[in-house]
Amino acid sequence: METIERQIDRSQMTVSDEVAIDIRAMNKWYGSFHVLRDINLTVHRGERIVIAGPSGSGKSTLIRCINRLEEHQAGDIVVDGVALTSDIKNIDKVRSEVGMVFQHFNLFPHLTVLENCTLAPIWVRKIPRKQAEETAMRFLEKVKIPEQAHKYPGQLSGGQQQRVAIARSLCMQPRIMLFDEPTSALDPEMIKEVLDTMIQLAEEGMTMLCVTHEMGFAQAVANRVIFMDQGQIVEQNNPTDFFNNPQSERTKLFLSQILGH
Amino acid sequence: MSETGAQTVAYVRDTMLPAAPAPEAQSGAIKWLRENLFSGPVNTILTLLGIGIVYFLIVTFWDWFAHSVWNAGSLNECRQIIAATWGEGARGACWAVIRDRWNQYVFGFYPQDLYWRPTMTMGLMMVALAPVLFAPERRIRRILLVITAAVTLVSMIALSAPAGWLIFAAIVLIGGLWISERNVLWLLPFSVVFPLLGVWLLWGGSLWGPIFVLVGPILGWLAYRVMLRILPAASVIVAIIVTLLFWLTLAGEAARDAENLLSLSIQSVRSDRFGGFLLSVTIGVSGIALSLPLGIMLALARQSDMFLIKSLAVVFIEFIRGVPLITLLFVASLLLNYFLPPGTTFDIILRVIIMVTLFAAAYMAEVIRGGLAALPKGQYEAADALGLDYWKAQRLIVLPQALKISIPGIVSTFIGMFKDTTLVTFVGLYDPLKSMSDAVRASTDWKGIYWEPYIFVGAIFFLICFGMSRYSMYLERRLQRDHR
Repeated sequence: METIERQIDRSQMTVSDEVAIDIRAMNKWYGSFHVLRDINLTVHRGERIVIAGPSGSGKSTLIRCINRLEEHQAGDIVVDGVALTSDIKNIDKVRSEVGMVFQHFNLFPHLTVLENCTLAPIWVRKIPRKQAEETAMRFLEKVKIPEQAHKYPGQLSGGQQQRVAIARSLCMQPRIMLFDEPTSALDPEMIKEVLDTMIQLAEEGMTMLCVTHEMGFAQAVANRVIFMDQGQIVEQNNPTDFFNNPQSERTKLFLSQILGH
Repeated sequence: MSETGAQTVAYVRDTMLPAAPAPEAQSGAIKWLRENLFSGPVNTILTLLGIGIVYFLIVTFWDWFAHSVWNAGSLNECRQIIAATWGEGARGACWAVIRDRWNQYVFGFYPQDLYWRPTMTMGLMMVALAPVLFAPERRIRRILLVITAAVTLVSMIALSAPAGWLIFAAIVLIGGLWISERNVLWLLPFSVVFPLLGVWLLWGGSLWGPIFVLVGPILGWLAYRVMLRILPAASVIVAIIVTLLFWLTLAGEAARDAENLLSLSIQSVRSDRFGGFLLSVTIGVSGIALSLPLGIMLALARQSDMFLIKSLAVVFIEFIRGVPLITLLFVASLLLNYFLPPGTTFDIILRVIIMVTLFAAAYMAEVIRGGLAALPKGQYEAADALGLDYWKAQRLIVLPQALKISIPGIVSTFIGMFKDTTLVTFVGLYDPLKSMSDAVRASTDWKGIYWEPYIFVGAIFFLICFGMSRYSMYLERRLQRDHR
């Protein structure tokens, strides 16, 4: 099991009563296949939630519904007080407030690292180029790669690319960050540098939803772990109880399989 | 035994090896020959066979090339010179026909005293293209524009252009070079205006026509700004309607009235005077410039989620691709007359340009669709997740990458289209290959000359198409971003 060695500063990681994401009785189908079944989930501002589960359990689909990369067919999703419907204005509003980091980074290969980071602030937020570049450099320093600003993504390692992707999302100054298996495509040596960046974000009080298999990260940072199977939320609990005292048989089996060796 | 085994297993490197230079490339002519030409019995036979074919071709055609005649007034004179110089029965090429009739191959039946006008247009076109084709390459731009300026001005003097126009050309060419040295993007307004200027210079007539054509989009843009405040959803449609309405109703009248008030005319040249490479390049360049944006729109429409738009695009693309270009050209020249109100004159070259553009755009759309399909889905998702709307995502993320992937296909389509401009011979226009050569042979002087004109025209086509192909390879290299 991965252990996060550094001391986590939990002083900033307070959870407020304010609701950031509210999902009510949400269902989704791919054709006739029922991927997400009756999902109810309330995320408060400042919460760090890790979603775990076997592949095909609908974890990624769930967080992709939150910024409407996937459309849900029944139920309600309210993000930051904005209901996700087919209204394109609401969708754009939610997307500009919610940052997303993908498994395969999805950086824009034809733009430099700096241009990747300034594109959305300039074209969506209408921020002047100079100011956007200053902000981008600040976030690139935060993810510790300011010296790569003028390189192209293809020239960077996987870990560096994922940190650029995080910086790119942060440049939009989002209130919520979604992580879709951010370390699954990385070499083991590079996982830590990305996790460190995510921990730093958590320490600053960012609301985060992470789909990940890094259970060490879940124990160290999350204040809630959600276990999904067959499109349903099977169990959710604080990490201590989730790992030490899982309730459902399915959770026990899953934990024994991923922690057993 | 076990001791040594233990030693080999437990091994710790105490110094890391520095990087060593790669072994020197094994070169040498003999080695190259053996590896590439004579690596086995089959390859050896094929190599010898190839050498034999090349030898046969050279032997067959060498005499003909070596016995070239450049200075003669007619085919008979050519034959006499060849017979006198290399003996009775010798064969030889008679390039004198090119020397005698080069002006027809280049300008068709354009009035001789106005040859300077197409020449100047060509020079100005290079200035207009500089920011589009060579934006980041100052050195290439400089060489290109200096050569263009020199060639254009010298040719214009040789073609005895009026002094006023010579000064105009010099100002634009040298001014263009000057601006390009500072910031080439400042030339873009000229690139936008150039098509109208070019049309006016080639066909002549009143300058007010092109000016009022330009006024249309300006009015449309104003309407767009106004509608953004009142009814943003309809702004684009209203802008297009305003532009079209102005063109169809007021523009003609306004241009005539303005012409009466202040005459800005140059001698007009009818479309049937165009011919040769002037015609090919006019149709080719217009077709290229128009078919790329149209092809992009069609490709995007075919990818659209909206059923009606998608269906229209599919029907259009499949119909145009399923019909020979000649059919479309016949439609342009004959059938359109049935549909248009009697008495309307609709320029034949314009009709051909429209058809060639539609034809190339349908192919272009499929080439670009291939590029769009090659983009990973993650690119679209990342653009969506950052809150970019459809058009911004297309313009900033999708198209730059999809077009880059499609460059070879796009340029192939351009090359094919440029060569297809020779098909206008079937609608009575004087293409350089068939109609112009027929016209040359129609005179008693050059009756019976076939090879030389075809080789000459073929060589020029090859040069232009090869240039396009090299440009596409240069562009691919320049846009190379993945350092894998």
